[in-house]
Amino acid sequence: MLPAAFDYRSPGSLDETLSLLAQHGDAAKVMAGGQSLIPLLKLRFARPELVVDIGRLPSMNGIRRDNGHIAIGALARHIDIERSQELAAWMPMMTEAAHWIADPLVRNRGTLVGSVCHADPSGDWGSVLLALDADLVARSARGQRILHANEFFRGPFTTALEPDEVVTEARIPIRKGASGGSYLKLERKVGDFATVAVAVHVELDGRKVSKAGIGLTSVGENNIKADAAERVLEGAEPTEASIKEAARLAAEAAEPKDDVRGSAAFKKDVVRVFVQRGLAAAVSRAREVKA
Amino acid sequence: MKVSIQVNGAERHGDVEPRVLLVDFLRTNLRLTGTHIGCDTSSCGACTVLFDGEPVKSCTLLAVQANGRSVTTVEGLASGANLSPMQVGFHEEHGLQCGFCTPGMMLVGTALLEHNPNPTEDEIRWAISGNICRCTGYMNIVKSIQHAARLSQAGEVAPRATAATAAGGE
Repeated sequence: MLPAAFDYRSPGSLDETLSLLAQHGDAAKVMAGGQSLIPLLKLRFARPELVVDIGRLPSMNGIRRDNGHIAIGALARHIDIERSQELAAWMPMMTEAAHWIADPLVRNRGTLVGSVCHADPSGDWGSVLLALDADLVARSARGQRILHANEFFRGPFTTALEPDEVVTEARIPIRKGASGGSYLKLERKVGDFATVAVAVHVELDGRKVSKAGIGLTSVGENNIKADAAERVLEGAEPTEASIKEAARLAAEAAEPKDDVRGSAAFKKDVVRVFVQRGLAAAVSRAREVKA
Repeated sequence: MKVSIQVNGAERHGDVEPRVLLVDFLRTNLRLTGTHIGCDTSSCGACTVLFDGEPVKSCTLLAVQANGRSVTTVEGLASGANLSPMQVGFHEEHGLQCGFCTPGMMLVGTALLEHNPNPTEDEIRWAISGNICRCTGYMNIVKSIQHAARLSQAGEVAPRATAATAAGGE
């Protein structure tokens, strides 16, 4: 399949990128690894006049710890995240999530930031960023904005980004206390989109949960943050009963549809079971960190 | 746009529209038809090539993105009449039936052994999980990669004459 014709630019600097986007706005589309965009171009679901390939921008592929957060650069690929020893120590849930994204060939090209900006409701990273309360750094010729993950996703394939903005990195806060997380994904086969996936993160202060984060994949118009479930956990000891109640509320927050991957009722129940399992695993990991 | 891509060690030039996919550039412009088009929807891995040494889907990469980079296709595995250990492995262990997925499988296997010379069966299966064999010949594909790993580890890179002949060696 041949995409519709487009112009192509591969800027060598961020400034050049921002000026191209300022000039072309909505007619331009940013491409990082291209693993979501190129299939869309081929199907002609996307027909931009200009593709701005940021793949050659220098120093954008880093994964680093910086001033209280982990910064994932716009060109850090799924495979870089999967292989990062540091990330496995700082935020093992991200290693777990990376391992189940698409297939190894796609992971060699696709990026976390690109996937998040594509905003497919079946994308895995959106839920991870929601659970971890991450921020996205958006740059334009007009300046810089920090967008919280919670306000970033606006619907299927729709984000809060303006046409002249590009996300330069995702920032994941590191908190001092003991924390643990888990990513659980049900897929029919390798490379398929998730039937359901959940990202779960907890932080403990003594015996109590000081912070909980739950993100849901493939069960709504976008990645969903299960606020009510998080609130039930926060400030209380994580007991079997509170975990069950949080799982029930998370399933309630899910808005799946019947499709080839399963019925809505089935998917809701998978959310419940995964959140329950994920929370149990996350709490036990957090306790290990503390010990 | 003018592109210059190192393909199988040689600098190749072309003038392509930005929308041309790498797989089409390889097959149509360079006549390297060993890279196959299977699904054309980023699902099957038949079009796998090594991009700066890493396996990627050449149907999901623009030729212009490869400008200045290095690409290895299945044609780059053998040196002259000498099959690479991976090719010998696929020959010896009957790693192919129809052969359509074979270039991708061999390239993924080659890249795997580069950074993991002695992979477990699980690691091999994980590495080829993006490549579909519709003959479902996975058992022998795994055995072929294991065979290649043994050959490489033993330093037995010199191919056997029978293997070269059977594969239509030059």
